[in-house]
Amino acid sequence: MKISTRRLDKTTIFDVSGDIDFANSSEVRRSVLREIQEAHTPRLLLNLRQVRYIDSSGVASLVEGLKASRDLGSRFILIGLSASAREVLQLSHLLKVFEIYENEEQAMAS
Amino acid sequence: MLTLYSSPRLLSVVRGTVERLTEYLGFPITEARSITRAVDEALTNIVRHSYRNLPGQPITMCFRRARRRRQCEEGKSGLEILLYDRGPAVDPSKFRGRRLEEIRPGGLGLYFIRQAMDIVEFSRNSATNRLRLVKYLARPTQRCVSEKTL
Repeated sequence: MKISTRRLDKTTIFDVSGDIDFANSSEVRRSVLREIQEAHTPRLLLNLRQVRYIDSSGVASLVEGLKASRDLGSRFILIGLSASAREVLQLSHLLKVFEIYENEEQAMAS
Repeated sequence: MLTLYSSPRLLSVVRGTVERLTEYLGFPITEARSITRAVDEALTNIVRHSYRNLPGQPITMCFRRARRRRQCEEGKSGLEILLYDRGPAVDPSKFRGRRLEEIRPGGLGLYFIRQAMDIVEFSRNSATNRLRLVKYLARPTQRCVSEKTL
């Protein structure tokens, strides 16, 4: 799994590729929480277009990111969900909890 | 049968194997993904909880075709997966998973396993934990239903 970071105006975009599982979900969690809690990014986009698989520890990392962003009044947005990622969020009853957009343009315009 | 050692890095290898096996056996793609997810979560639980993240501990996986025993569903096959580890005994009360009402991280793995599989059985014998997962191929059971109706 790889995470690269871009910054546009007041938005930080994480482009994630590969599978998010128990072997690496802590890295996603650390990156997201650092950006929210230390960099105080007002809007964080997690681009999951290149992520084929997310396990329960990956979902837990996303939930932690969401909670941290809510606590600090920032926005935590998921974009480009694969069928598998969408399934796992639906299964967890979290699909409507997250702010989700098809692509970066829609998220930036929101 | 597949013998491997507890390491999070092996999870992706097993996922690839299970996904191809389930597709080969004829499971629809969504079910192939959910079975793969269940096996992945079960292995993660062994690495994380049974072996407490200690690397190099043995895990044995057996795959075989499953057949229903009920007469009206004779011939309906599926996949049976057995996972063995030699970690400490698991408290069965912790083998339930959690409810989803509360939005919080953690505890989803068991829920995913139970959602995906038709049978989830845990047992322990001679210092070995065994998790049995079974998923049947879904086929129309109209004949079975109509026989009962008549």
